[in-house]
This record gives sequence, structure tokens and C-alpha cells, in this order.
Amino acid sequence: MTHNFQKDIAGCGLTGLIDKKGKGVDGSHIKTSLSLMTDRGNGLGAGYAAYGIYPEFEDYYAFHVMYDFESSRMEVEEILKANYDIEKKEEIPTAKVESIVINPLLMRYFVKPKAEKIRPGSNEKDFVVQFVMKVNSEIEGAYVFSSGKNMGAFKGVGNPQEIGDFFKIEEYTGYIWTGHTRFPTNTPGWWGGAHPFTLLDWSIVHNGEISSYGINKRYLEMYGYKLTLLTDTEVVAYLFDLLVRRHGLDIKTACTVLAAPFWKDIDRLDDDEREAYTTLRSTYASALLNGPFSLLFGHSKGLVGINDRIKLRPLVAATKGDMTYMASEESAIREICPDPERVWAPRAGDPVIVEREG
Amino acid sequence: MYNIDAKGMHFKELNEQVRAAVKDGEDEITLQNVNGQYYIGVGIREKPTITIEGVPGNDLAAFMDGPTLRVKSNAQDNIANTMNSGKVIIEGHAGDVLGYGMRGGKLHIKGNVGYRVGIHMKGYKKQIPTIVAGGTAGDFFGEYMAGGVLILLGLEGTDVKTNPIAGDYLGTGMHGGKIFVRGEIDPTRIGAEVGILDLDENDHKLLKKCLEDFCADFDLSVDDIMKEPFKKLEPITDRPYGNLYAY
Repeated sequence: MTHNFQKDIAGCGLTGLIDKKGKGVDGSHIKTSLSLMTDRGNGLGAGYAAYGIYPEFEDYYAFHVMYDFESSRMEVEEILKANYDIEKKEEIPTAKVESIVINPLLMRYFVKPKAEKIRPGSNEKDFVVQFVMKVNSEIEGAYVFSSGKNMGAFKGVGNPQEIGDFFKIEEYTGYIWTGHTRFPTNTPGWWGGAHPFTLLDWSIVHNGEISSYGINKRYLEMYGYKLTLLTDTEVVAYLFDLLVRRHGLDIKTACTVLAAPFWKDIDRLDDDEREAYTTLRSTYASALLNGPFSLLFGHSKGLVGINDRIKLRPLVAATKGDMTYMASEESAIREICPDPERVWAPRAGDPVIVEREG
Repeated sequence: MYNIDAKGMHFKELNEQVRAAVKDGEDEITLQNVNGQYYIGVGIREKPTITIEGVPGNDLAAFMDGPTLRVKSNAQDNIANTMNSGKVIIEGHAGDVLGYGMRGGKLHIKGNVGYRVGIHMKGYKKQIPTIVAGGTAGDFFGEYMAGGVLILLGLEGTDVKTNPIAGDYLGTGMHGGKIFVRGEIDPTRIGAEVGILDLDENDHKLLKKCLEDFCADFDLSVDDIMKEPFKKLEPITDRPYGNLYAY
């Protein structure tokens, strides 16, 4: 034996798909795609985000919540009852998976905020964000996995196949799916630390490291976000919420903030563009994401893939018919779409933005 | 002729089968239904020809020392890392970090290549690692290059503004070897220690030899390719940072 690999060196792996006509596909596709990249992770975290999975409750916020203790559940449900009309409450259905020995209690709630609880001048979405921040930061052992409408995050400690089987992911049908297999480097592998990271209907899966985490965190805290999940990727979900929902930037501009052009390249632009980019970089200096990343950003109307400015992590995109696929490896796309019409590697910092039609 | 059906197979099993076949003296091996298996061809020191049908996974031909690999489709990242001899032929596009620290042998890609191709390539006497790409390259092409030959052809057409033949930081930190580029180079996108030069007679000979081999692999015409002018990038100082810590 000349080759004795003591361990496999890897990084995280991500994959995503969108049907721009809004037609649903079941979760077996994303699980198959992600499972091909199992060796990019190390079994300490995998997860999926899906859009369009709760059509019968599409007007309700779907809260997926993880509880370490029964007491955390009681505390959260008390706040829920006081502030929301609860249409339905249930355990998230799971299957027995041999390798998953311990798991937190996983509940979901379909709710509407009580109108009288929303302060004048505030709005429903801010109200939901405040609830998520309160649960994550104040209630011990309770973490909100997702809080959007007609979407949900399913994640935990395990590899892609195990987590997919555990959540019976193939029983859901969605028009956007993302998936992630994790190789934690700087922070613990725990259920709340698996990707995707979400807020309202924003979801992020990420390969890399956000070296600017400290700057981004302090910046977000000024706007009331509380960063509790012990993982750098959390900042990206909240930055999209701040930039797109609260500040009204379009998604392309928000991407320009996160992966801003280098000053030397801004200096080469003509006057108008130079001024625009200079203003944007100056205004949002603390929202710049530094460090290596490829990430997929899902929301109810589309899917975005983007790399850091010097492409320190891989990202490949492909299309076939109404479908667009993006993944860390081309083979992960071909595993579920053997003959794509177009395959390309997006350039550094240049987002691939796919919007749902209609 | 020996076939292995790689469908659904983990890379460990596939590579064990390949090594066993090579050990048994098979010199023509075809891997069918490959999709994403890592490390194909890694560390093999015999000289079989291995044909790969499907997209092979990362680290193809790393530390390879002899075989010829022909990939019938696109390929992914980290191909020919520290490769010592042999050849890799890719009929489609290839990804990032190709030929990192490559020290011998050839890597021929018909299409485009990604970021960080040919970083830290090195050469010595008859060991001249060579990478030829028929399309364009991303940023950091030939960064810290110490030896060997990199050739970019832009056969599908390029535009210095919208579709440049090479990305930013071309040859940054380069201190040995040669880069030949067929098409316009943006002088603001190259490393400070690199000069854009015309080819001399020896360069022409070297380029032609490399292109004859490349064209034979893909059934292309050397004369057609050489109708367009080439430029050469070379380090123009011997020790650009010699005084960095000595002021």
C-alpha cells in the first residue's frame, strides 16, 4: 500500500437549483447533488433550504425552531402565544437515522403576528426579525432555524445523506433548493451552526471564511441584529436583510456592497461610475465581506450565487430549460442534470442572479 | 483495453481498481461514467493511457509521474498539482489552480481555464512543465512562476475589455519560465516584475514544438494558430526583491 490517507482534506460544499417558472421539484434532487460532495464536509453539519414547500400555509410565517430543553420550548411558546395567531404547531417530521443518536427537539409553527402587537411605525417583518433575535439571544437552548413564508431550513449534525434522510427531505416539493455540507474550521459543529443560515425568507449557504466577521457583526449590531450562532456565515443573511429589505438596494447592488470592486479597479472607471462605486464602498465599508467565500443566497423570488473578489472558493453554474444550477463542483450539477445546455465558472465577485418569473 | 464502470463508485474504490489494473500491466484503461471522483491518476509511476468519460473530480493527476490521461469532457479544480511527468489532455474546460508547483509533463486544455493556473511552476534542465490552454484564463495566471512554459491561445476570440485572454495579476511574482500569449495583453494587469516582449528565434522554436504537440491532441492546425502574433512574458529582473530587507 503506497497510499495511506490518514484523512481527507476538504472544504465545505454547496449546491442549489431554481426553476424560474416556479415549478416544484422534490428534495431527492438536491440530496443526490449534495451527497456527491459528501467528502467536502466531515459529517459535522449538513442542511437544506427549500422554497415553495408550504403552499397550504403560504400566508403564514413558518417558524422552524430547535430546542435543547423542554423548558426552552415552553418559554418560546409563551412568547409566540402572546404575539402571534398560531394556525398550526407540530414537530417537524423526522425519520430514524442510525448515525444520528442525539438530536434537539425540532418544532414548526405556522403563525401570523397579532396586528395590535406591532408598534406604530414598525412593520410585520421587523416584528418577526425582533422575535427571532429575542429567541436566539435570550432564551437558552432555543434557536430559530428559519422564519420565512412558504420556505424552511432543515439542518443538523450529520452528512448530506443522513440529514436528508432524517428530515425526509424528498417528501417536500420546492422551486428553489439549496444544500450545504460542512467542514467546520474555526467554530463548533453543532445543530444551530449547520448551514443554511436564514432570516425571514433569506437563506445563505457558504463555503469559506468571512474574515471580516468582527467588523460586520459590530455594524449589524448597530441595527439591532444579534449574532448568536457562533458562525461567520450568520452575518451574510442579516446583511442581505439590512441592505435589500431595510435599505431598499436591489440585489445586484447589494452584491456589489458585499464583494465590492477593488479601489484600483474603481479608479479605472469613468467619472459617473467611479463616483457611484466610491459612494457605495464608503457608505457600506463595514458591510464589505473580506476573506474567501462562495455562497448561495436564496429568497422567495430567486437564487443568487457569488464569489469573493479573487475567487478563493469554487463556484460553477449551469442551465437547462427553466432550471439553473450552481454548485462547488460541476459533477454535483451533472449528478442531477447530466446534459446541461450551458456550463460556466462565474468570475470573481460577479454574481449570478436568477429571478423567478411572474 | 480494460474498462472500469465508475458509476456511483467512491473515489477510493475507483482508484484502487485503477492501480490494480496498472499493476497487472494494463496499458489502455477506460473509465466510464466518471462523475466527480477525486484523485484519478494520483501518484501513478507507470505509463498507461487512461481515458476518462465524464467529469473527473478534483486533484486529477496530482503527483502523477508517467501516465497519459485523456478527459473527454470538462474537468474540475487542482489538476496536475506537483505533477512530475506524463500528460493530461482535457477536451473541455478546466477549473482553478491547475498545475500548482508542476515540475514536469504536459497539461493540454482545449477550452478555458480558471483562476490561479500555473502558480509556482518550476523547471530544471530537461524538466520543462508545460500548460497550454486553447481558451482564456482567469486571474493569477503564472503567479510566482519559477520555470516551465505557459501558453494561452484564445482560440474562441477575445477582447481586451470584455473578454480578456488573461485576468488580472498575470505573472505577478514571476521569476522564471516563459508565458506565451496569443493576443493583446493589458499592461496594467501584469506583475511589476514582468515584461511584455517579442519572441526571438528560440522562442518561436519552443512555441512551435509545444503547439505541434497540443494541435495533435485536438486535431487543430498549428499554422492557423501561428498566423496570429504572440507576445512573451518574462521576468525582467533577476532579484526584484533583493533589497527588500536590506535598505
